[in-house]
Amino acid sequence: MSILVNKNTKVLVQGLTGKTGTFHTEQALAYYGTKMVGGIHPKKGGETWTGSKGETLPIFASVAEGKEKTGADASVIYVPPAGAADAIIEAIDAEIPFITCITEGIPVADMVRVKARLDRSSSRLLGPNCPGILTPEECKIGIMPGSIFRKGSVGIVSRSGTLTYEAVFQTSNEGLGQTTAVGIGGDPVKGTEFIDVLEMFLADDATTSIIMIGEIGGSAEEDAAQFLIDEARKGRKKPMAGFIAGRTAPKGRTMGHAGAVVSGGKGDAESKIAAMEAAGIRVSPSPARLGKTLVEVLKG
Amino acid sequence: MNIHEYQAKALLKSYGAPVAEGVAIFSADEAEAAAKSLPGPLYVVKSQIHAGGRGKGKFKELGPDAKGGVRLSKSVDEVVANAKEMLGNTLVTAQTGPAGKQVNRLYIEDGADIDRELYLSLLVDRSVGQVAFVVSTEGGMDIEAVAHDTPEKILTVAIDPEAGVTAADLAKLTAALKLEGEAKADAEKLFPILYKAFVEKDMSLLEINPLIVMKNGRMRVLDAKVSFDGNALFRHEDIKALRDETEEDAKEIEASKWDLAYVALDGNIGCMVNGAGLAMATMDIIKLYGKEPANFCDVGGGAGKEKVAAAFKIITADPKVEGILVNIFGGIMKCDVIAEGVVAAVQEVGLKVPLVVRLEGTNVELGKKILNESGLAITAADDLDDAAKKIVAAING
Repeated sequence: MSILVNKNTKVLVQGLTGKTGTFHTEQALAYYGTKMVGGIHPKKGGETWTGSKGETLPIFASVAEGKEKTGADASVIYVPPAGAADAIIEAIDAEIPFITCITEGIPVADMVRVKARLDRSSSRLLGPNCPGILTPEECKIGIMPGSIFRKGSVGIVSRSGTLTYEAVFQTSNEGLGQTTAVGIGGDPVKGTEFIDVLEMFLADDATTSIIMIGEIGGSAEEDAAQFLIDEARKGRKKPMAGFIAGRTAPKGRTMGHAGAVVSGGKGDAESKIAAMEAAGIRVSPSPARLGKTLVEVLKG
Repeated sequence: MNIHEYQAKALLKSYGAPVAEGVAIFSADEAEAAAKSLPGPLYVVKSQIHAGGRGKGKFKELGPDAKGGVRLSKSVDEVVANAKEMLGNTLVTAQTGPAGKQVNRLYIEDGADIDRELYLSLLVDRSVGQVAFVVSTEGGMDIEAVAHDTPEKILTVAIDPEAGVTAADLAKLTAALKLEGEAKADAEKLFPILYKAFVEKDMSLLEINPLIVMKNGRMRVLDAKVSFDGNALFRHEDIKALRDETEEDAKEIEASKWDLAYVALDGNIGCMVNGAGLAMATMDIIKLYGKEPANFCDVGGGAGKEKVAAAFKIITADPKVEGILVNIFGGIMKCDVIAEGVVAAVQEVGLKVPLVVRLEGTNVELGKKILNESGLAITAADDLDDAAKKIVAAING
């Protein structure tokens, strides 16, 4: 099994006709035939997209039309920052169940507006500013490099794109492989949080261990740690390894000064590591030892 | 992006917030005319630098007994004397670091009779994804210390973006600040104004510490610190014009021209990485092996060869750098683009320090081939651990 996406997931691309959208759609089609079913462009509806190897996809004028004609249950967004929030809202209005936004650099105020709409909808948003999601040998949405994956048993969830790749690469090298890897994104206001993904991994029988990668700022890791403690009390628990990036980051630069006030002094790497360890996660001091740390946990 | 207090106050005033009259000056010659244009008889001369703790700060050149970076003055002559003493000197505060910051601008402001000092800020509360007010009766103090010692004295009220600031929100805020009478009426006018300014101008932080109740019972914004969301500057030409580059690190200014996420640090291993998380983790692993990073540098996902070359040049131009670690795990970023950028930069500016490159991910074989065929003295690394060990070993000689 896997979470959120599998070989039946049908994906529309918002921003297909741009350079980034084109490159990654070609990669997705080449990855075990991920079911990319069409692109969206308001002015190019009815035209056909052609990739560099002659792949073709129909272009629809709106997400609603694309969904109606293809039965898509997911969309991925490669629209530039200024228009990305409106692209997400269009997908929400079209009732796309699972929306992934790759775009980096969306103004926070726009995401506050998106979040209000999202909370009143039945859609799930992954991202923005994330690498997407990949279930090995079934479905690749976003920009993760497919070549490093291997079908297996580890669920991976991360705020950082490239550290997701590290965790994938290392668990593949250890022979463990992955069920699904989920990049939740590095923005302060986002659609899916650690807790949402951890809940799905705990419920997924094929996922027998989990890697969680956080970073400084906010309190999502502390909230996730508390969630894991509460679930463990109900008997739901899986072996976990983790990492927190930013131990050496200077205060006040990467992390907003007032952000720490809201969460009552939380937000630095040390408090996140302490919270995760208290929840039974073995936190690796080195980002190069994620796979080995998980192997050690599994050996007990 | 940060702006100065006087700029923040002018912006808030344009929205109708109560701020004192004041004049910004750039040279001591302007001090007399500035003071004379204000009502008096009390004036405040405030250093304009992008750092807090100015009042308790000390000027490097003036010795330990001289007054700080914010000075009360009781006459025009006193304003002029203070301006002469402050302008051009280096103010060291708890937030500037030991090097301090040169004071090139002063703000001469009309004085106020303070009854109570309150704290108010607006920020984006990530846990709910909404803009939130943070208020406390403990104004004029370090709010992080208040949060740590007496968290019950801080109230956070998140604002529903579709409803705006409601009567219920105002009731909670004014009650927490123990406001009554005219001050309460002023606050009920002021808080929606601040929210409007925050949202319209894409602020990431608006902090008023202190917000005061004066002896006449009215409210006033006594200090103002405003930061803007860098991702939203494209739609605010007026805000971009407020940028003061003399407050920023020269390397960071050059990096910002290329849209590179770069932060100058104090160590001696230069880093070029793709992805913020991996860039932080690369700094962390350098520290783990006993050295310090010279910078944080995320070249991002969509960088072309020119941008990679620009990043490499900024890193090599830093005289502190004794070795460079390039760490790339390509997703959007293709390894061959990184390799081409590095080779182009080295061919242009030369390479005087050891360079370790670790490539993985999209087009990795092509990237490795470009580096191998370049003939440059580049040490290849197999993984992040290997890369960190090799660069630390190269520096230790």
